[in-house]
Amino acid sequence: MTEMTASVTAARPPSDITKRSLPATLVIHALLIAASLLMLYPLLWMVSASVRPENEIFSSTSLIPSSVDFSSYVRGWTGLDISFGRFFWNSLVISLLVVAGNVIACSLTAFAFARLRFAGRNFWFAIMLGTLMIPYHVTLIPQYVLFLDLGWVNTILPLVVPKFLASDAFFIFLMVQFFRGIPRELDEAAMMDGCSAWRIYWKIMLPLSLPVLATAAIFSFIWTWDDFFGPLIYLNDMNTYTIQLGLRTFVDSTSASDWGGLFAMSTLTLVPVFFFFLFFQRLLIEGIATTGMKR
Amino acid sequence: MTNAMRTSAGTVTVERYQGVRADGRLRRLWNANAPGYLFLLPWLIGFFGLTLGPALISLYLSFTDFDMLRAPGWVGAANYVRIATADPKFASAMSVTLTYVVLSVPFKLTFALLVALALNRGLRGLPIYRAIFYLPSLLGGSVAIAVLWRQLFASDGLVNAALSHFGIVGPSWISHPSYSIYTLVALSVWQFGSPMIIFLAGLRQIPQDMYEAASLDGASKFRQFYKITLPLLTPVIFFNAVVQTIDAFKAFTPAFIISGGTGGPINSTLFYTLYLYQEAFGNFRMGYASALAWILVVIIAIFTAFSFLTSRYWVHYDD
Repeated sequence: MTEMTASVTAARPPSDITKRSLPATLVIHALLIAASLLMLYPLLWMVSASVRPENEIFSSTSLIPSSVDFSSYVRGWTGLDISFGRFFWNSLVISLLVVAGNVIACSLTAFAFARLRFAGRNFWFAIMLGTLMIPYHVTLIPQYVLFLDLGWVNTILPLVVPKFLASDAFFIFLMVQFFRGIPRELDEAAMMDGCSAWRIYWKIMLPLSLPVLATAAIFSFIWTWDDFFGPLIYLNDMNTYTIQLGLRTFVDSTSASDWGGLFAMSTLTLVPVFFFFLFFQRLLIEGIATTGMKR
Repeated sequence: MTNAMRTSAGTVTVERYQGVRADGRLRRLWNANAPGYLFLLPWLIGFFGLTLGPALISLYLSFTDFDMLRAPGWVGAANYVRIATADPKFASAMSVTLTYVVLSVPFKLTFALLVALALNRGLRGLPIYRAIFYLPSLLGGSVAIAVLWRQLFASDGLVNAALSHFGIVGPSWISHPSYSIYTLVALSVWQFGSPMIIFLAGLRQIPQDMYEAASLDGASKFRQFYKITLPLLTPVIFFNAVVQTIDAFKAFTPAFIISGGTGGPINSTLFYTLYLYQEAFGNFRMGYASALAWILVVIIAIFTAFSFLTSRYWVHYDD
């Protein structure tokens, strides 16, 4: 993990023997800039469409609106029977609880796998890796029936409680990789001094693992925020809708009539994700690189 | 030991130890294993209660006619027989999904690799490019992007507006059964950022001195790529291919939003998971949907096993 992190972030040494010639570099930059514009164009266009006067949305492929007008945001916010404020609040509550659940439960599990010795450890670890492969569709229907019988449908519980039971094996895997990179001498010394496993976890591992905990927290937040399938199945009452369900309802109810409002609300739902991207980009990129590289 | 026996306290300890030997062994077993299992407890509860248990129940349900109203009635292999022989919607969902997998994964990975190669050699502005290319991957799963895509490829959408500058009158891509799947493929390829990042990390693991030695020996850039970069990158290519393929089999949200939940026009975007969702939560044919889920598992398992078996012929591991 540590060497991985270093290699991802470290700049290349300047004395690169295979350095490209100047024209080649210029061509590559030109191509990359063109590709970047192409990639970003739809996103920028959506943001600009959200502040455009309604009649101008479809007539123009340009990114710069003739005049800036935030009325789409006002219309969109109150476009459904229940305001988007409610949906944002619901999404925020669910996402924060999922973050807490994943960070707590997955770090406990990962600590056991990475550091504690107990009979059957390798067996359970293999099982845990196996669950990474299983598509959730297999457990979907019995889980739904279970949560229905518990009276949990139309509450946030089916979306949150499983996370407190470490149901996201991906994060366990991510954390195990990180924990293994922390020098063993630290907890062995603590063990000699009579530290309990809990104290080692709480006082040594967690404080040293802030980067991976942050990565897991941010990914948990983004994925929950963007999740559509879970809320679609478990939340049927509009008061409990998340923003993704709100947007979907907005699409169905207004279809061709209010694209401005739709784009305004779409843009708003992307803002939190964009915020994380802007400020924690390095953590996200390292997180992806790590899980991809280490088997 | 002898030292300990000399003092009275030590003797007492030894006696007590012998008196409760069986108990002591249990205690030692407990002491050795309890912390591990205590830490594992939440996951174990989740594994049995939310994964293994439900998976077994769903296997059972797949042999029943469960519909949420009545108790499940055993129908033997009838669900599977119907899927295999008498369900045209399954056949079209399968073909749509396979088309999607076969088109989106190779394009996405090729794109990701090409951009990673362009970015690799200490290019100025790398962090900016990397961030820009990664952004769509991060945003891509949300409904907002599917909504945007729906507009882009509508008959009066942005793509056709751009084409009209060249005098081309484009069709309504979204609502044309021959084109709709390609809009979803395009959406997937647009999100090539995360495999690109994994490729970049992989490229950085290739020792620089290999290239130095090769160019001293007069190997061309192309030959270096073909003989050094590509072989050493095969583990990463393999990883990306497996992960992306499994993800593509499981794709749901874009097809749902773009087709308004129907999988239309004429089932042309009826992804496998969308069909499963319709059967389970639209028609409440829970038994049938469970059978569909297990077939998906088998397909993914066969694909994964096949990849791992063939990997020894083309994936280069140096350890």
